[in-house]
Amino acid sequence: MADRMTIHLKIWRQEGPDAPGRFERYTVEDANSHMSFLELLDVLNEQLIREGTDPVEFDHDCREGICGSCGVVIDGIAHGPQRRTSACQLHMRHYADGDTIVVEPWRAKAFPIVRDLVVDRAAMDRIVEAGGYVSVDTGGAPDANAIPVPKVSSDEAFDYAACIGCGACIAACPNSSASLFTGAKIAHLAALPQGHPERARRVVRMVEKMEAEGFGDCSNHAECEAVCPKGISISAIATMRREYMKAAFAGQDV
Amino acid sequence: MGDYGRKVKVIFSSPIGRKVLTGITGLGLTVFVIGHMLGNLTYFSSDPNAYNSYSHTLISLGPLLYIVELGLLAFVIVHIVLGVKIYLGKKAARPVDYAEYKSAGEPSRQSSSSRTMIVTGLILMVFLVFHILSFKYGPGMAEGYVVMVDGEEIRDLKRLMEEKFQHPLYAFGYPAVMLLLAFHLRHGIWSALQSLGAMTPRLTPLIYTLGGVLAALIALGFLVLPLWIFFSGGAS
Repeated sequence: MADRMTIHLKIWRQEGPDAPGRFERYTVEDANSHMSFLELLDVLNEQLIREGTDPVEFDHDCREGICGSCGVVIDGIAHGPQRRTSACQLHMRHYADGDTIVVEPWRAKAFPIVRDLVVDRAAMDRIVEAGGYVSVDTGGAPDANAIPVPKVSSDEAFDYAACIGCGACIAACPNSSASLFTGAKIAHLAALPQGHPERARRVVRMVEKMEAEGFGDCSNHAECEAVCPKGISISAIATMRREYMKAAFAGQDV
Repeated sequence: MGDYGRKVKVIFSSPIGRKVLTGITGLGLTVFVIGHMLGNLTYFSSDPNAYNSYSHTLISLGPLLYIVELGLLAFVIVHIVLGVKIYLGKKAARPVDYAEYKSAGEPSRQSSSSRTMIVTGLILMVFLVFHILSFKYGPGMAEGYVVMVDGEEIRDLKRLMEEKFQHPLYAFGYPAVMLLLAFHLRHGIWSALQSLGAMTPRLTPLIYTLGGVLAALIALGFLVLPLWIFFSGGAS
């Protein structure tokens, strides 16, 4: 079959967080150009299981590019060479028969490797817990139109809310900065009236948490925007900076 | 006041504060460098004394000049300290680096400039020390570098410069460092504005391009002088 292809893989294998890792080479003879990149890994894993070796661990869930579970560095680029897609939406038709693909996990101190290509991304959850929410009284759900939101504001908020929390921005950042992720949450909620009551506290606490988790400083390389599967703009980072300086000087406890 | 002081300290030691301070000091130094470059260009004035008169005017500012100099020194120190801190933080935040890493391309602004800010910055720092020693603290009126302008004896800085730039080391070393300055500012000007939160997606490509053009013009303004002196033999 013409769609059939042979793909060579060089994959990072690491047995545990503290185990030394190394690259292993594999060849998948019966890859297919219609497969997604994760399906290629599935085929490799079936092969490894048949051979009696441990399959390559990788995170995945929806495989529709919307959950943020998957994410590996493919040939040096987070989520691979195709723009605005996560690894599950990268298809093998972008590769040629006989290609070698290098696969590495997200690398950052704040993303400890669990096993192989799986990293612990809980640090991002802790940044959100620090302030990336709105507090709502429980009880009957209010009418959806009880708080009017201008269309431009809801559009802006949605652009930032599109973040799926995959961590590619951090993985691709030369400094391992979490500025785009954190900025997207802040810019999202700052654009909406619901986000206003906790606005100042939110930005100060999230920025503090970002630092405490061991993420690096932003150097405005904008690499994050280039690898973001949702194409979130670094204007989120500019917004975060304005919000922070306003909040910090206007009396919010820092 | 103590409380406010503490707060300012916390703000500027935060990741955002570090970027804002790096941006402010960077832009401040860029403005200075433009002023310095325009001052140098008085060398090409039709008035042969323009360059020396200009430098004499600066010296005559007295205490005001010291204040400006102290301010510049503070800007330089803050800019360097934060730059080094950001660089060291980058190493700490990714102890194990990628075996293979590359930029995903547009809209990334990652470039050879953005990746080498620490290197170009540190070279500029070393250059700055030598530059100040060879000109500001170089031979002056006591060593005979005197010229009579409008009935007043002033330092002949022009002669000193013409002599220095006869040496190929100065004549080519200086322009080489100016090219590194342009390389630093190519990322620096845009980056400073983004750090101050002054960028919007629509403005970014325009400001990035203008920053690069300004960086090139600054370098050009600086490097014509030594090259002109070297190749014309300092005839004036």
